[in-house]
Amino acid sequence: MMNTKATIRRFVEDNFMMGSRRSAFADNASFMEHHIIDSTGFLELITFIEETFHITVEEDEMLPENLDNLDAIHAYLSRKLETAVS
Amino acid sequence: MLLHQHFLDSVARHPEHTALVCGEQRYSYADVAQRTHALALALQRRGVHRGDRVALFFDNGVEFVAGLYACLSIGAVFMPVNPLTKADKLAFMLSDARASALLTQAALADVWQSALQTSASVHSVFVSDAIESDDRRLQPWPNEQDDAPLATPATIDQDLAAIIYTSGSTGFPKGVMLSHLNMVTAANSVSSYLKLRGDDTILCALPLAFDYGLYQVLMGFKLGATVVLEANFSFPVKVLDTMVRERVTVFPGVPTMFASLMTLKSLSQFDLKQLRLITNTAAALSETHIQRLRALFPQATLYSMYGLTECKRVTYLPPEQLDIRPTSVGRGMPNEEVWLVDDEGRRLPNGSVGELVIRGSHVMRGYWERPVETAQRLKPGPLPGESVLYSGDLFRTDEEGWLYFVARRDDIIKTRGEKVSPREVENAIQSLPGVHEVAVVGVDDEVLGQAIKAFITLEPGVQLTARDVKQHCLTRLEAFMAPQYIQFVDALPKTDTGKIKKTGLARGHAERTAA
Repeated sequence: MMNTKATIRRFVEDNFMMGSRRSAFADNASFMEHHIIDSTGFLELITFIEETFHITVEEDEMLPENLDNLDAIHAYLSRKLETAVS
Repeated sequence: MLLHQHFLDSVARHPEHTALVCGEQRYSYADVAQRTHALALALQRRGVHRGDRVALFFDNGVEFVAGLYACLSIGAVFMPVNPLTKADKLAFMLSDARASALLTQAALADVWQSALQTSASVHSVFVSDAIESDDRRLQPWPNEQDDAPLATPATIDQDLAAIIYTSGSTGFPKGVMLSHLNMVTAANSVSSYLKLRGDDTILCALPLAFDYGLYQVLMGFKLGATVVLEANFSFPVKVLDTMVRERVTVFPGVPTMFASLMTLKSLSQFDLKQLRLITNTAAALSETHIQRLRALFPQATLYSMYGLTECKRVTYLPPEQLDIRPTSVGRGMPNEEVWLVDDEGRRLPNGSVGELVIRGSHVMRGYWERPVETAQRLKPGPLPGESVLYSGDLFRTDEEGWLYFVARRDDIIKTRGEKVSPREVENAIQSLPGVHEVAVVGVDDEVLGQAIKAFITLEPGVQLTARDVKQHCLTRLEAFMAPQYIQFVDALPKTDTGKIKKTGLARGHAERTAA
């Protein structure tokens, strides 16, 4: 879990942030607001998260509160993985 | 009748009624009017005059709406720009239209700051939220109520209300010039056949820079309805929550939105019984999707429609015809005449295939400063001095005159409901070092309508991956323009004159995919 944010950041930078815009974005920066990820991109992000962390993102979890920035994803994954262990 | 008069009438009629809902924020008609007035004063004080072009570069929100009505109130021409637009293209549009002012937001600063470096005509930039900059053109957003009177310009309905840029086959966007009369006419016709009402709540997740989204506000505000703006459709469950909460009655969408809704297993858990109207345009819904949509939303009436920016809307299929001719786009809307012509421009009888021609007061005034392209689309009509619009699209009519889309005459790709010029994508790919030649075509795709496919030949000794190409495209183009498929080939088919022959390329893709 240490590297959750770094892993996601790497994926986002590699797939959605190209060239000059590849500047650092804050952990709490909204992907939507900053136009980092579009609607198709979010589907790709969800697939990546599911495959990398071996979880299923349920439909009612596909919300900006869980997925729209690195902090949110980190918190969401922490909750999710905790539930999976217990 | 001027376009903003509709809005002013609604403000006068019920100032306290909710005009806009944007997330947690609610704005009454009086709120929007007040913001509009303050912004109009600020623009006027900066010397924006009747006929001047003002670009609106925003995500969906109250600032866009106030911006458009502020422009109209002072006789200026608003230019909506999709927030996904990249710096080069924004710079092109600002220069092409010689825009005087830009209204925008801080989150898009990377793009507009870069574009402004080459946009000499822009003398004033209003940013709706705080930003650090030493550009002296930047103006504070007028947040305070300001009751000073506006100098009323002598605008008439022949004046331009908007210029909306649309992809052209040349690879450069063209500005569609729309007068007040054009837009009032379109808004009247569309809202009358849809039977929109003042007590409707319209959910708009379409970008306001797209005319389909823009008209949700124009028509909603004409009737005094409530428009609920969503930034996008990235999180369908969130949009559904909003629809339930706001008791949405009207949902305009495009096929990709409906496709993502239909994949939701939890859809039936959302209480959408208030929903009475669903509309689709930009790309055709498949018959299967039409059936599924109707099964999922039996309480709602579904309208299939067809249009183009050059006149906003052309046809609609009356809902009672859906079972009889589900693949038809219908027939002409009220106060409009449409017919098919052959290559010589002769009118064709029912049961023919030909180019669709459109006559009415909603037909554009031409492409901004592009007389050649304008002459290809606007041709003399039946009355002296009148122009009719050649759509560039081939249609078939059945025996009763109902229209069925056949193909585009030019090679514009329609993907996710967006128009993409293959040339524009080719230009972007061609600029990648190592690319020798490139041909971009649209290939059929169940969800996207068309997907974009690039065939590329490389310079000798060069190695590039599909990922390299896609990354390069994403730096230069809106994401929806980046190809879904990239195929490296040894050579591209050519015509006798040495031009790349695209006709076989898309077919080759279909055969490969089917195999």
